[in-house]
Amino acid sequence: MSSRDTVLASVRRALGVSGQEAPRRQEVADRIAGHPRGIIPARADLPHAEQIELFKRMVVGAAGSIDHLADPSEVPGAVAAYLRARNLPLSVLRGQDARLADLPWSSEPTLDVWIGPSDGKQLAGLSHAFAGVAESGTAIMVSGPDNPSTLNLLPDHHLILVRARDVVGTYEEAWDRLRAAYGPGTMPRTVNWITGPSRSADIEQTLLLGAHGPRSLHILLVGGV
Amino acid sequence: MSVQITSPRFKDNARHALDDAPLQAALSKVGPGFIGRRTAARDLLPEFDALRDSARDIKNHTLAHLDLYLERFEAKVKEAGGHVHFAVDAAEAREIVTRICRDRGAKTVTKGKSMVSEEIGLNDHLVACGIEPVETDLGEYLIQIRGEAPSHIIAPAIHLNKDQVEADFRRVHTHLPPERNLTEPTALLAEARGELRAKFLAADVGITGANFLVAETGTSIIVTNEGNGDLTQTLPGTHIVLASLEKLVPTLEDVSQLLRVLARSATGQEMSVYTTFSTGPRRPQDLDGPGEYHVVILDNGRSAMLAGQLREMLRCIRCGACMNHCPVYHAVGGHAYGWVYPGPMGAVLTPSLIGIEKGANLPNASTFCGRCEEVCPVRIPLPKLMRHWREKEFERHLTPAPVRYGLGIWSFVARRGWLYRPATDLAMRLLAMAGRAKGRFASLPLAGGWTKVRDFPAPQGGTFQAQWKARKSGRAS
Repeated sequence: MSSRDTVLASVRRALGVSGQEAPRRQEVADRIAGHPRGIIPARADLPHAEQIELFKRMVVGAAGSIDHLADPSEVPGAVAAYLRARNLPLSVLRGQDARLADLPWSSEPTLDVWIGPSDGKQLAGLSHAFAGVAESGTAIMVSGPDNPSTLNLLPDHHLILVRARDVVGTYEEAWDRLRAAYGPGTMPRTVNWITGPSRSADIEQTLLLGAHGPRSLHILLVGGV
Repeated sequence: MSVQITSPRFKDNARHALDDAPLQAALSKVGPGFIGRRTAARDLLPEFDALRDSARDIKNHTLAHLDLYLERFEAKVKEAGGHVHFAVDAAEAREIVTRICRDRGAKTVTKGKSMVSEEIGLNDHLVACGIEPVETDLGEYLIQIRGEAPSHIIAPAIHLNKDQVEADFRRVHTHLPPERNLTEPTALLAEARGELRAKFLAADVGITGANFLVAETGTSIIVTNEGNGDLTQTLPGTHIVLASLEKLVPTLEDVSQLLRVLARSATGQEMSVYTTFSTGPRRPQDLDGPGEYHVVILDNGRSAMLAGQLREMLRCIRCGACMNHCPVYHAVGGHAYGWVYPGPMGAVLTPSLIGIEKGANLPNASTFCGRCEEVCPVRIPLPKLMRHWREKEFERHLTPAPVRYGLGIWSFVARRGWLYRPATDLAMRLLAMAGRAKGRFASLPLAGGWTKVRDFPAPQGGTFQAQWKARKSGRAS
């Protein structure tokens, strides 16, 4: 008997089941197909404009920073301003995402924009979020050539573009959008939820930012309600 | 090869821990920090307790259908191009991981924090096979360079202080200038970041644990604040997930419920910084991510726990709240428990995994104050399960003879009210009279174990039974 069969047989013996019981199988199939929601915190049950305000508050609460821009055309200027304010080289790495490629980068001629995954040598990375979640100020990132996952983790400074219309109240709403985009039961290779910059409290429980991931997380929230 | 077990020497371990001044200094910070942060997070979310019920129900449902969710998970991982391996015990899990590493010609592996890896003693095994494991969680890295085991399931180096860390860094990082300043914790963190960044980029294989496995999508999930586990599963060519079988949850909605209670219970955060969902290897068009994805699902005694009341222990999501709130853990720290899992959850899990013969001391290391159960995010009745093990210990004659005889005498007296009431009444009067001057005893015959480290209060008023009787008759009149 393979170890797989041994483990499954042992689980079934302990549960007193054969694995063939139709009602059990149906219950499991229904749960996966229906993916029922449990308790949903009321804090994000708000009109969209207030969800956006909650998202901004929660990002700051998690030690991130945020700029709210009226229009995508302001993004190159905001990226350059972020780098200048921290005395960083005017250079940023991004993925192939058309929503980033279409930004008017020529408005910032001194800003170098590189395209590709990170090998750890870049100080600043720019990604486009799949969604933002108001209840905790979380940015949801999906992997792929548009926004390689290494950009989320290796640069010292991670800038994330979140469109205001992609801000949802809760995680469950974000899953609905992901299922609509990728199909039910299907996931991109990596989904990163990011809530603030990297940190550690492993030395005497003193909270310090910038453990292995980005030392700073900056959200560029774009557009109105 | 497995982790050394010193649980049978718990009492000696505890005595040493109580006499260890640096350890006591480190432990004095455990309670105030963790308890306050959890309380604050709970108070910010009115639905917190309802979410704990929800989390409990999700886990109960999953465990009752675990065979089917395991099958579904396996099918979905394969569909995404990954591999699932089942391991009956620790030796088999080590073997599977080593084989994958050898087949890839791996020389170094980076590791995210994984208690299952500690449970199966993976690092020693890898070293013996000529493969260098590099722990990347800061706390795990600290204890790895000290050759120690973790003393807490989410804060493995909580027993260390800053000066010890500085001394270890100077001892190990000899290629760095000796005159460098490491007095500030930020300098220590920056040095670890620099050292480990190079390891991340050079590793052939990344090994992580899993906080959850999602049956709906064949996804493994890890939660970190540092980003280390996330880099571990993104940069190397091969990603191996080590998970015990109770990590399964049905759907993404279910895991969202559990994530809402996990960070709040553990560190008091609204959400941990990184929650990474991995499904299979990199896709054809991807520019990064591992080319291979393996999940090793470990049983190691857990399936047997499904049969009885210990099934409730398999709800555990490893937040650490029980030990953060435990007066015994606060006093002796994690190493005294003598194996991988300390605190109340360890006191229940350890006898289940290594046997009651070796683990019998741990369920006794509790005052049954009940705080662990009060804070458990999945409502595990930890005192009840510790009592279950105490009964098993007694049944199997593992209890020391003096305790057994003492309990025998006690039960003889306690079951005879005509004997018990006057005997306790007399004892109370005598103690009250003898302790009248100070109100407490610094030493007392037959109670040296108690009075050695603290005073025994002198009784006041009547016995409990006498007071109870008086109250009842007072209420009736």
